[in-house]
Amino acid sequence: MTAAQTTRQWPAKRRMTRKQRRLGMIAAAGAVLALAAGLVLFAMRDSIVFFYGPTEIAEKGVAPGTRMRLGGLVETGSVQRGPGQRVAFAVTDGRSTVKVSYDGLLPDLFREGQGVVTEGIFEGAGRFKADSVLAKHDETYMPREVADTLKKQGHWQGEAGAAAPAKP
Amino acid sequence: MIVEIGHYALALALGVSVIQALVPLWGLSRQDRALAAVGTSAALISFALVALSFAALVASYVRSDFSVANVFENSHSAQPLLYKFTSVWGNHEGSLLLWVLILTLFGALVALSHRSLPPRLRAGALAAQGLVAAAFLAFTLFTSNPFRRLSPVPAEGQDLNPILQDLGLAIHPPLLYVGYVGFSMTYAFAVAALIDGRIDAMWARAVRPWTLLAWTFLTLGIAMGSYWAYYELGWGGWWFWDPVENASFMPWLAGTALIHSTVVMEKRDALKVWTILLAILTFSLSLLGTFVVRSGVLTSVHSFATDPARGLFILLILVFFVGGSLALFAWRAPLLRQGGLFAPVSRESALVVNNIFLATACATVFVGTLYPLALEMLTGDKISVGAPFFNATFVPVVVPLLLFLPIGQSLAWKRGDLLGAAQRNAAAFGIALAAALALIAFTRGGPVLAPLGVGLGLFLVLGAGFDLAERIVARASGWPAMLSRARGLPRSAWGTALAHAGIGLSIIGIAAAAWSSEAIAVLKPGERLTAGRYTVVLESVLPRTGPNFRAEVARFQLFSGDRELAPLEASKRVYTARAMPTTEAGIHTDWLSQAYVSLGEGQDGGLAVRFYDKPLILLIWIGAIVMAFGGALSLTDRRFRLAAPRRAVPAAAAQPAE
Repeated sequence: MTAAQTTRQWPAKRRMTRKQRRLGMIAAAGAVLALAAGLVLFAMRDSIVFFYGPTEIAEKGVAPGTRMRLGGLVETGSVQRGPGQRVAFAVTDGRSTVKVSYDGLLPDLFREGQGVVTEGIFEGAGRFKADSVLAKHDETYMPREVADTLKKQGHWQGEAGAAAPAKP
Repeated sequence: MIVEIGHYALALALGVSVIQALVPLWGLSRQDRALAAVGTSAALISFALVALSFAALVASYVRSDFSVANVFENSHSAQPLLYKFTSVWGNHEGSLLLWVLILTLFGALVALSHRSLPPRLRAGALAAQGLVAAAFLAFTLFTSNPFRRLSPVPAEGQDLNPILQDLGLAIHPPLLYVGYVGFSMTYAFAVAALIDGRIDAMWARAVRPWTLLAWTFLTLGIAMGSYWAYYELGWGGWWFWDPVENASFMPWLAGTALIHSTVVMEKRDALKVWTILLAILTFSLSLLGTFVVRSGVLTSVHSFATDPARGLFILLILVFFVGGSLALFAWRAPLLRQGGLFAPVSRESALVVNNIFLATACATVFVGTLYPLALEMLTGDKISVGAPFFNATFVPVVVPLLLFLPIGQSLAWKRGDLLGAAQRNAAAFGIALAAALALIAFTRGGPVLAPLGVGLGLFLVLGAGFDLAERIVARASGWPAMLSRARGLPRSAWGTALAHAGIGLSIIGIAAAAWSSEAIAVLKPGERLTAGRYTVVLESVLPRTGPNFRAEVARFQLFSGDRELAPLEASKRVYTARAMPTTEAGIHTDWLSQAYVSLGEGQDGGLAVRFYDKPLILLIWIGAIVMAFGGALSLTDRRFRLAAPRRAVPAAAAQPAE
């Protein structure tokens, strides 16, 4: 809208209020956005979780006690069950291995030799206490982070079903 | 033959859509009415062609024609007929075809309705809609052709992903797509208004039904998806703040804001430029959602093997439509005449506050969803942003909005009385606060936030109810007068109240989740496991065979205290074609609460069992259904029937018979 139109439409006093109101509206929106930005920045510090492969843990010097996600392949022959629903298994990227302990039910698609992503606390000295093991919908699906980790360590043999068709 | 006809029809539809997109624009620029009107017939033809194509694919699935690669990959001759049918959209190619079908259906509906609209606006909207359809048809044909043939023809199909062989997920994508695609209509109208350089209350009235329709279906679709995740994934969670979920939640938030801002535009002829921008953003978020889901750039519990080439194509579509419309907006928006002023304390200002908060809430979800992607591109670090992030950002933004909702709802248009509105809600607030305090006292030592959440939900429900009651009771005396007043109230008023009460119900359900309890143990037959108020006793474990799976079924007896409630069955299935296991949870609904049992693996002669007590959990989805019902009720409001007298019924056409 041009200034000329405005002058024609509104007497001087109303024009002031229009401007003020618009400023007020912008100020209100700005305040809410600033509040949200503050919350976001605050949450970024505390509530995001980094993803590492077994080798990266050593390379990046992850401090014991750090909450993180660990991804790789479940080492064949490493799964030990019990007592109760406790499970211990090893996650490997071909070069390094991390021992994972987990107390809970494993997802349906958890298998030896398959990709896995777990979230929990890195306890140092190659040990990891998982509090969740993530499930995927599709058995040919390789979590992207795991695929990247394996590629980095030179153990990538193409997606298990690279020739297989894509699923939704 | 049928397959080739379907493929050919799809290619023809692409051609017709290009005509629908370009010819009316040319007509508009040459001021040629006949050329501008081409969009109407083009939209109808393109819908007919896509429907034919979709019918061909359905036919291939129903007849288990494994010479079609898509059928081979996603179906199996032993599947029940229902799942053969729903397999059509249980995969990338088929779901895209469904997307395009709904898109062209909406185009056809616009072509049939809105005869009262200014012809320039209609022509522009159909052109914009045709452009979207053309882009998605090209995407389907060039990267995801559902009609690719296989030679030699395999004898048996690979089966649909077992986890998708479920009624809930069978109807989830169509609901969600009607929601996503419905917002393409508001987008098309926004683009048309920008091209035309004019916008008024008539525009708002034309757009509002589409927004309401899309929002209603999106609400149902999200709720359905969440309930599916809850009972099918077997871990009792119903919302994970996962990228794919957020992808559908962002358009919902933006669409909710859009519904409210079009009301202001319709009633007060204000907020025009913002509403246009919001319409563009809402559909952009729908496209973003498609990009996120289809490209696999973000890791998600719901993601499947995906193809980067497709991701790139969708990214191009995204950049073109978002960038193009925003450029158009920057160029043309200054032409739109500014709307009226409004007082700081009024219904319209309250709705502006609603929009500010909803847009901000949407922005926090946006940041949380895309930040990992940005960070990985910039630094190579991989992170995951989960529930703690959203609890710390989204929730604090939304809670003030909800607290303010009942007050804003009872403010009058033009000049409201804040004190009066607060007083009118004092009773609702008092009751809700008292209930929350009573709950805190009663559940001493339990979570404190849960009673406050229940109080907030109760405040919303009561606020919506009291607001309606007041409008009915005020100035009327005696039952007949009140009844006639209730009948005289516009349906949109009932719709608003229901939608707001629905949010309240959902919030009560969400808050009550803090009281749920979980127990995990390895059980042998005869042993018991207690979670919260419920106990299960494992009775037996039996094998069973289904049409395309084998199952191990565990039978339980459910107790509440010493009272026997019901037998309960949970199972682990292995689908033979893919040798893929799934978990079927056993759920007993007890009023609004549920007892939920799911199985882990067998070990040491026992069976790992996970058992939950989920108090009031059904309210989460009942609330969503009430919200959607409110949206549907608003949709039938008298003024839309008058605005669009010849609207066709969208049923039937979506499911062409073989």
